[in-house]
Amino acid sequence: MTELQQKAIQGRRRELISFRIGPQEFCVDIMSVREIRGWTMATPLPQSPDYVRGVINLRGAVLPILDLAARLDLGETETTARSVIIVTHIGPRLVGLLVDAVSDILTITEDQVQPTPDIACDTVREFIRGLLAIEGRMISWIALERVMPEMEAEAA
Amino acid sequence: MDPLEAIKATFFQECDELLADLESGLLELENGSGDIETVNAVFRAVHSVKGGAGAFGLEPLVRFAHVFETTLDAMRSGALATEPAAVKVMLRAADVLADHVSAARGQGVVDEAASARLAAELKALCSGEAPPGADEEIVIVDEALDDDGFGDFDFTPVLVEIEEPAPAGWRVTFKPSRAMYAKANETALLLRELERLGPCKTTLHTDDLPDFDAVDPEEAYFTWSIEVQTDQGEAAVREVFEFVEDDCVITVDPPVADAMSLPDLPTLETLEDEAQPRAAAAETLDVGMDVQALLQRAQAAVAEVNAVAAPVASAKPAATPAPAPAAAALHADAGDAKSAAAGTTIRVDLERVDRLIDLVGELVINQAMLAQRVAESGLARSSTVSVGLEDLEHLTREIQDSVMAIRAQPVKSVFQRMPRLVREVAAMVEKQVRLTTEGENTEVDKTVIERLSDPITHMIRNAIDHGVEKPATRIAAGKPAEGTVKLCALHRSGRIVIEVSDDGAGINRERVKQIAMDKGLIAADATLTDEETDNLIFLPGFSTATVVSDISGRGVGMDVVRRQVQALGGRISITSVPGKGSTFTLSLPLTLAVLDGMVVGVSGHTLVTPLTAIIETLQPKPQEVRLLGPSGAVLAVRDSYVPLVDVAAVLGYRQEPTDWTKGVVLLVESEVGGRAALLVDAIQGQRQVVIKSLEANYQRVEGIAAATILGDGRVALILDVDALISVRRKDARRPAASPQRLPLAS
Repeated sequence: MTELQQKAIQGRRRELISFRIGPQEFCVDIMSVREIRGWTMATPLPQSPDYVRGVINLRGAVLPILDLAARLDLGETETTARSVIIVTHIGPRLVGLLVDAVSDILTITEDQVQPTPDIACDTVREFIRGLLAIEGRMISWIALERVMPEMEAEAA
Repeated sequence: MDPLEAIKATFFQECDELLADLESGLLELENGSGDIETVNAVFRAVHSVKGGAGAFGLEPLVRFAHVFETTLDAMRSGALATEPAAVKVMLRAADVLADHVSAARGQGVVDEAASARLAAELKALCSGEAPPGADEEIVIVDEALDDDGFGDFDFTPVLVEIEEPAPAGWRVTFKPSRAMYAKANETALLLRELERLGPCKTTLHTDDLPDFDAVDPEEAYFTWSIEVQTDQGEAAVREVFEFVEDDCVITVDPPVADAMSLPDLPTLETLEDEAQPRAAAAETLDVGMDVQALLQRAQAAVAEVNAVAAPVASAKPAATPAPAPAAAALHADAGDAKSAAAGTTIRVDLERVDRLIDLVGELVINQAMLAQRVAESGLARSSTVSVGLEDLEHLTREIQDSVMAIRAQPVKSVFQRMPRLVREVAAMVEKQVRLTTEGENTEVDKTVIERLSDPITHMIRNAIDHGVEKPATRIAAGKPAEGTVKLCALHRSGRIVIEVSDDGAGINRERVKQIAMDKGLIAADATLTDEETDNLIFLPGFSTATVVSDISGRGVGMDVVRRQVQALGGRISITSVPGKGSTFTLSLPLTLAVLDGMVVGVSGHTLVTPLTAIIETLQPKPQEVRLLGPSGAVLAVRDSYVPLVDVAAVLGYRQEPTDWTKGVVLLVESEVGGRAALLVDAIQGQRQVVIKSLEANYQRVEGIAAATILGDGRVALILDVDALISVRRKDARRPAASPQRLPLAS
């Protein structure tokens, strides 16, 4: 209920978490982020796309880790001690996103979101919801629901 | 969910329990162990189903339940004897009632003809021996059913729980025993305590006091009766006597009712005049829609439930100034009984329990890691930290056991469905079969319970169809005409064992062997032990029934059962004594949440192989490995060639060609019976692992059954042996194509 009330008060305001992959900045809606944790070695999964780093143990649950850089065709992430996993809700699933570092929490209104320009390649257009210009930085808003690998038809 | 739908869902949940109660009650009556209380319980079950169904306007269900209830009422009043013939009809009626409930739920349809036939049978039972007027009763209720405005108040059991007006007083009789005084308890103090609840009128009964010369100074002779005026519940009264309740006789009753003296309850008087006060009570109270009247209806309906007590209570004239109407007091009574029962169990969402199990699992891992860190830091074993850690370890283990116990459930819920199955199957094949059960309180994890039903159903069908002989044959063989099928559950060495045994003819080994040979399942000159012969029936494609019967067949044979059981990490076997009968033995792990696995290393990765799949492990000698084709290889195991599967290559951990002779081989058998030799680098040990789903947050991965978390907190993958074998086959056929998704081996 409070969430609804807040939305009513704030109109179309949103809070986003921004993070870095290489020199570029991206963000996701804070409501879909469950937690942020340090990088731990993942157990690789056989026969999975190259941007699936594997799975880690999140307090007893098996959490798949997606290398967001690889997913966006920015090359594989070199993991360092400062690499971070953003644990997000994507639909019914919990998925960890591997990024270089978390930078900021932004409060925006929806009208600040600019459509992705036409020059961008298909991969980018697929995964980016829109662009934000904040204090001279360009931040791309990730479309979380698209980053998971094509789910196979849930037969059973 | 729409609130009404939610209530309806609850109703159906309750129906399941009520139907189970109904059936077990009837079975008790059938085997003669039931008494009038059992009849009452059975009646209440049917009545509650009817009441709820009325609230939701489930007409067919209500109609049938009503006829059933009427017959039970006749039995309750003693007009109909609890003889086997009548109970048998009722058992079948219970089955039909269950069908009606399923149909109302939108699952399945009711055989209308059978339903009508049984209704007629019930009526016949009833009208044959019940007092005249039973038919009128039906008419009354049928009319009331059309009365939409009041339909809801048929759902009395729920109302009882929601509205619970406190009784205005209690009549307590208190007879201390010698033991109570011996423990230095004092009646005066108890009575004083009771007075705190409200004004008391205390009477001392000295009737038991013997003549003076016979008095034992230490004996207790007195009885007190106290009328206490209070708005507190029975529990509060009982609480006063809590510490002495074992050493005294205490009764707490609602005050002798003065309901009839209350001007606002005139309807109870009318009830007295009714020929069938109980059933009519809820229906004839036509007193408008005001709250008072509705409350009365609810109360009267409760009085109906407590029918035995109701007439007694209302027949007595007012004896005390207690303001509570009889019905209200009874009402609270029923409420208390209900809440007492509810206090012992709670319904919990399974997800919450699973979450708790996950957390505890994590706690165990964390604790292990902490212990390791402390050990590495070089602290002395005797340091307080180490000692504290040991305590922590002890506690975490205990928590883990307790949490797993939460999910454990008695197999009763599965066993309860079987009597009906036996009745139906026996009727279909014209055999007389009695089912006896044993160990139905044996507990097993919920995940296993859900999967037990199918194999047990199959085994019982098989026992009746193929095991037990026709009555004539049995009599000729000197056995009683009625065959016995025994269903038994027990714990044995960390597994649950289910046995289904019959006292039939046993397996005809010659015939089984002949069929197996005819179907090419075994070589014509094969020599088999008796045991091996018996277990031929589990082979795929084997079915001894010459005509595919509707009973044990349904298109699937025992091989399917075996596959299901093996998929759960279980085993099934049969033993048989000709002429004496056969026994199916099914053994399953106590939980599907954990698995016994062999931990193996494969090119730097740690994997777990389910132990149930492994036949043996061996170190291949170079001469035992034979290359076959461009990239395949087989392993010679005692004169047979088993395909070699390089796990690292299949899972894509390694690209370069394999040196087949390095490493260790796990000889595995898939659920479908195929064998393979899995090549791994090293065996690291054997341990029990907690199964974690990969699909929950990701998706199915080929060749991987699930994941688990090792002691160091890392995730390890559990191999799907069946899939690995199929992957290899597929690869062999289409070497270039990427492996397709495999169907789940279920």
